[in-house]
Order: sequence, then C-alpha cells, then structure tokens
Amino acid sequence: MQKKDFGLLVLILVVGAVVAFINPRFLSPVNLANTANLVGLFGLFAIGQGFVIITGGIELSVGSVIALLGVLFVDLIANFGVPWPLCILLMLFLGALIGLAHGLLITRLNMQPFIVTLCGLLIYRGIARFYTADGTVGFAFGQSFPGLDWLTIGRTAGIPHSIIAMLVVAAVMWVVLHRSVFGRYLYAVGKNEEAARYAGVPTERVIVAAYMICAVLTALAAVYFAMYTKSISPSSHGNFYELYAIAAAVLGGFSLRGGEGSIIGVVLGAVLLQMLQNLVNLLGIPSSLNFAVMGSVILVGVLADQQFDAYRKRRAAAAMASAEGSGETRAA
Amino acid sequence: MAQPFLELAGIGKTYPGVVALDGVSLTVSPGEVIGLVGENGAGKSTLMKIIGGVTAPSAGTIRVDGAERSAMTIAGAIAAGIAFVHQELNLFDNLDAAANVFIGREPLKGGLLRLVDREKVRADTAPLFARLGVDFRPDTPVLQLSLAQRQLVEIAKALSLDSRLVIMDEPTSSLTLTETDRLLKVIADLKASGVSVIFISHRLAEVTACADRVVALRDGRLAGRLEKDEISPAAMIRLMIGRELKSLYRPPAAPPGEPLLELTGVRTQAYPDRHVDLAVRRGEILGLAGLIGAGRTELARAVFGIDHMVAGSVRLGGTPLAITTPRDAIASGIYLVPEDRKAAGVILDLSIAENIALPQLPALARGGLVDRRQEQAVAVAQRKRLGIRAPDVATVVGTLSGGNQQKVVLAKWLSMEPRAIIFDEPTRGIDVGAKREIYDLMRGLADAGVAILMISSDMEEVIGVSDRIAVMHEGAVSGILARDEFSEHRVLRLAVGHDE
Repeated sequence: MQKKDFGLLVLILVVGAVVAFINPRFLSPVNLANTANLVGLFGLFAIGQGFVIITGGIELSVGSVIALLGVLFVDLIANFGVPWPLCILLMLFLGALIGLAHGLLITRLNMQPFIVTLCGLLIYRGIARFYTADGTVGFAFGQSFPGLDWLTIGRTAGIPHSIIAMLVVAAVMWVVLHRSVFGRYLYAVGKNEEAARYAGVPTERVIVAAYMICAVLTALAAVYFAMYTKSISPSSHGNFYELYAIAAAVLGGFSLRGGEGSIIGVVLGAVLLQMLQNLVNLLGIPSSLNFAVMGSVILVGVLADQQFDAYRKRRAAAAMASAEGSGETRAA
Repeated sequence: MAQPFLELAGIGKTYPGVVALDGVSLTVSPGEVIGLVGENGAGKSTLMKIIGGVTAPSAGTIRVDGAERSAMTIAGAIAAGIAFVHQELNLFDNLDAAANVFIGREPLKGGLLRLVDREKVRADTAPLFARLGVDFRPDTPVLQLSLAQRQLVEIAKALSLDSRLVIMDEPTSSLTLTETDRLLKVIADLKASGVSVIFISHRLAEVTACADRVVALRDGRLAGRLEKDEISPAAMIRLMIGRELKSLYRPPAAPPGEPLLELTGVRTQAYPDRHVDLAVRRGEILGLAGLIGAGRTELARAVFGIDHMVAGSVRLGGTPLAITTPRDAIASGIYLVPEDRKAAGVILDLSIAENIALPQLPALARGGLVDRRQEQAVAVAQRKRLGIRAPDVATVVGTLSGGNQQKVVLAKWLSMEPRAIIFDEPTRGIDVGAKREIYDLMRGLADAGVAILMISSDMEEVIGVSDRIAVMHEGAVSGILARDEFSEHRVLRLAVGHDE
C-alpha cells in the first residue's frame, strides 16, 4: 500500500469514527450493508475510469452507458425473454465495442478524449431515451430470476454481492495494473507517451485497451444498477455517474495528467464518496447540500494531498542533496 | 584599469547536508568574455543562479559597479543589466519570434485598452535580428524554427534588454558549425561594445576561441584560472577533472566487417524527393554529419519506425525488414538513442530499473506478469557496467544528471541484443568525463560487432569518434569520407553542398 492510500484510509476511519460518534446508527448492520452495496456499484465503474485516467484520458460517457445498457438489459430479459446469462455477456460485449470505438477515435483519428466521450455521453443518453420513447423500463409484476438476483442483489451473511463482485474485480485489476506488463505500459504511456513509443511500447493498443476495460466494467456496473433499481427511467438513470467515478479516482490519488494512481486508491475513493453521501443523511444535513459537501471534501482533500506531496518532494530533494555531498552520487 | 562590472568574493552556498559552492571568487570587467567550465555538478549552475538572484549565497559578497549587495534579487539582476540565455530554451512556441523577444514587456497602444503594439514589437526586433545575422523574419512562429534559430531568438531577447552582462549556458550545444561561428562573432561584437559575457560550455574548442579568461570549477571550488595565452582544451580538462585526461577517443580493435545495416533509396517526409543510400558495416562507427535541418534526425526516425518512411528499404545483415513501428525495429535489433533525451529517451518519472526494463518487458515477464526480481537483476548489472551514478536502481531518472540519464538510455539497449544502434547527438549537454565513458561504450559495442550510426553536430566528436563520416545535405548524402580524408573543412564543404 502506498503512503497516499494509507493517508486516505486514515481519513476514512477518522470520518467514520466522527459520524459514528454523532450518530451511532452509522454502524448499524443495515446502514453498513446499504453503504457497502453502493460502494460496490460505484466502485465497479470507478476502477474502469481509473485505467483511462492513468493514460491521461477521461471517460465522460459512463452515466449514459449505464442508462443505455441498463435499458437494453432489462428490456431484453423482461420483454424478449432472452436468457439472462446471455444478456450479461451481450452487455459486456456492447461495452467492449463502445470502448473500442472511443479508443480508436482517440488514437487513430487523434481526437481529444474529452470531446469523444462527451459526444458519447450525449449520444448514448439520447439513444436510451429514444429506444424507450422516454418511458420507464422495468420487469413485469411477478417476473423473477433467482439466479440473476442472487448474483447481483443477493447477500451472503448480510454482505451484498455487489461489493463482493467489486472486490473480486479490484483484485484482478490490481494484478493487471500493478503487476502485469500491460499495467507497466499503462503507466509509461501516461507519464510520457512519446518516450514509451521510442521504447517499443505499443502505445495505441495500450490506450485502446484502457478505454475497453473502462467500458466493460461500466457495462458490468450497468447490469448491477439495473437489478438494483429494477426499473429504469432513461432520462435520469445514471446521471452524473461519470463525475462520481472521476471524483473517486481523484480522491484516490490519480492525476488527471496521467501516469499516477492505484487500484487501492480508487476503491478507497469510492468508499469515501459513499460515506459522504451517507453522512449527509445521518447527520441531518439538508440533502440538497449533498453535492456541495462532496465538492468541498474533494477540493480540500486534493489540496491537502498536493501540499503533502510538495513537502515529501522537498524532503526527498534534501535527502538526495545530502547523499550527493557524502557519496560519489552527483546530480546536476 | 576600469572598475569591474561584477565582483564576487568568497561566495559559498550550502544546502542541507551539501556544500554546492565554497569560497568562489569571480571578477567580470566590462567587455570581457569569461569562459566558465566544469563538469556537471561542479557548481556552475548554482553560481549562475546566485548571479541572477534566483538563490541567495550563504557566504561571500557581491558587488555591482563597486556597490556591495548583500543579496541579489531577480529584479535587481535584471535592472543591473544581467541577462541569461538558457540552455533549456524558454520560448513560447505558440507565439512568433518577435513576440518572444518582447515577452512580458510588450509595448502597448490603445490607452486603457492596453493592446499589444505588434507592429512596434516587430519593428524593434528587426534590428536585433539584423545584428545577429538571423535568416528568418520576426513574425515567424517559433514552432517553425529549428533549435539553432530558437537559440538566436533567446540571444536577441538578451540583447533587447540592453544588457551589460550576458550569461550563455551551453549556447552552442545545438548549433551547427556555421551557426556557432556566427554566435562567436556576435560575442566578439558584444565585447567590442563593452558588454561582458560569461560563456558556459562543454565545447572547449569554442571556449578557447572566444574567452579572454577561463574560470574552472570543480566540486564547488575554484579549480583554477587561465589567462588568454594559457587557454587550451587540454589545460581546461586538466583543471576540470584534476588530472590529465588521456585521449577521449579509442581506435577500433579490428577493421570493420561486411555491411550490416543497409539503407537503400530511403525517402523521409522531410525530403520526399531526395533519397539516402547508406551502409554501416559490422563493427564500424559511421558518423553522420550535416547542418541542422539536413534530414539526419528524420532519417533516424524513419528507420526506427517513428515516422512513416515514404519509400526505400532497410536491410540488416542482408535480410530486408518491414519496419512500421519502433516495436518492429527493436524486435530486429535496431535501436535508437534519440536526440531529445528528456522527451523521448527516458521516462523521467520512472525509476532506473523501470526505464531499462521497458523495451524488454515481455522477455522479463512470466504469464504476462513482470518478474521483478529479474527486472532488478538486469538493472543492477547495467548500472554497474555503465557506472550510472545513483544510490540504487529504484532512483527516479529525473533526479540524475544529463550524463547519467544518457547512460540509462544506453543501458536499456545494451541489456538487450543490439545489432545496429543509431545515436542521435549522443553527448549533447554532457560533461567531459561522461562523454568519454559514452565514447568508450560506443567503441566497445562496435568492437563487439554492432553497426553504429552516429548523428552528431559536434565537429570534434564526429572527427574523433567516427571510422567513416557520411555527410548529409538537404535530405541526401553529399559525400562519404574515409579516416584519412577527415578534416573539418571537407565535412563543412559537403554539409553546405559545395564540394567539388
């Protein structure tokens, strides 16, 4: 665990302790399970966003993809009788296609990620609303899919399966990002794409893969969200979710310039975000202030992190300088 | 004798745990050109920062025109007429040349609207450019200028400040021979009009040509001074490293073998209507000389797969290669040490080990996961072999000196299986000690059977290191010289395309 992640964990524990002290209901099993469920749902696509942000890109269409795929998923199962396992695979495949399209537009046609994914945000939301004629899509009364329910909204010993799914995904992605050749390539591309290319890194493929990972995880989250809400109104479902993902990554120590961030960081970021939402409810803060609280905490958090970073760098520089003085090491 | 413009006495600077400067004194008289030499880390930069008011000295006194100043400030230095021409160019490449000359002090018009008077900016820049013999217009976007031309913009900026002391940090490291000659004339011109110059350079021939006095620093202390008639590269090297340096260059162990890297009819995007035919033999260092803009870097980029090759073929050991990406080139054993070390050679934020491993990660991995122990072992071995000065291989490359960064670039390729390596300006901005180590490595590689193509604008280096010299002029090879035909004169004539 990096120092940054550790600092965030401490912050989470402190905030948790304060909230629990003021309102003991925070620690009640029901509240913890509900919060954990939301952490799982939001964590899934926040991890995906992290991959894109490491390349120095951004993915703004997350919320719209969750709406579009959610609508399709529920509609195919409820109204067309498509078997749900097949449906999940189809959603993941559609997610991969969306990611591939974004990635190719960005690498092959040199478009800026912000623009490509902003257009995605508008397009997918529009298609979702058109597809349902702006109506709500849901399961018919009495329709039930025990297997699907168990997988998505089921609980084992009170632990929601959504957070278990997220933790499994996080573990796999941790290996991918922090231990695999591809993960190393991602960091290299994020830090200096030009130098990475000179070192033989297939930079375009790496960037496309990052967008595909993001979109596939978003598609998975879309399935979980669809089952969580059970009915989807395409004009509001998933609104602003991309911003939750970006916020979680930024809180987790990712730099929007690319090349920095960790899986543990983004997961902890998602945890803190959901705690903040929960805190607004539990402490009786008007829920209209929800976003304001979130924004303030992110602002202060990132500011504090930067100050710490600058302090650490100064100390490292001083240590380096004294090493130079005593040893043979000498940097210009 | 006239009053000195600037006097530094007993200047010391300590950072926590390290003495950067200790008891350094320096006097600059009006119209005097002082060569300041020393290896990287000798304290030249710290001394210049103190003169420029960027950092305050921990000890010593500074006098400007005889008046003592306890500490210089940046504003004070500018007001006193001290101007810098930086090694790392500080230009805005989205603006035109004239706008850069007057950046931050644009003449205004339009009263309260405070509009920039662009006509005046250009009109005022024209005479400065004329004085420097600049061959481009003041309204040329900096983006379109070569490195050398950008340097001239920096110098014009210094001149426009009516400076009394111009400090040039490695001004010639990216200039060609003609451009360097012109710069030396500019310095003589400045001198004649009473302006003093501090000339910092690793190119000792140029220091010899222009300096009235030389001051050498070593490990933060004054290593010695040389008066006009004592100045010579050998004397400077002696002071800088504290011992006699044997020749920088080592001859090849054996005569070169058969052609290994063959370029036939190669056309690059820079000169699509010209083509290059060139063969580098096994065990040979082929120097590639030419003016900046002759298409040498573009040739290297095309061969390495960075840029699209318009036409032509590359063969290695007789086998034709289809290279469309650097990955292809690396897979066939053709490596490139790029011109711009910081942008393309290394990833500054990654560690030494991560940089060295990057091009060979698949080979250092098992089941797609990086084998960190093997990665570490490769890096440790290379650090030892190349003498990379750093506490350990986890050190971030950005904190290393230029010479050591370049060694990391080399370590990357040396730990693999090079068959041909293209070096693009391998020792730019690197101190003499590290230069020699890099020449040694190049020769060692050649002796081991690698074909080496060395692009260089440093005439001493081209003539000293190469076994043969190919000269490029406007996108084509204008001549190839064998060892016994080497002369600066010949190379220059071919470079400008006027060889009989």
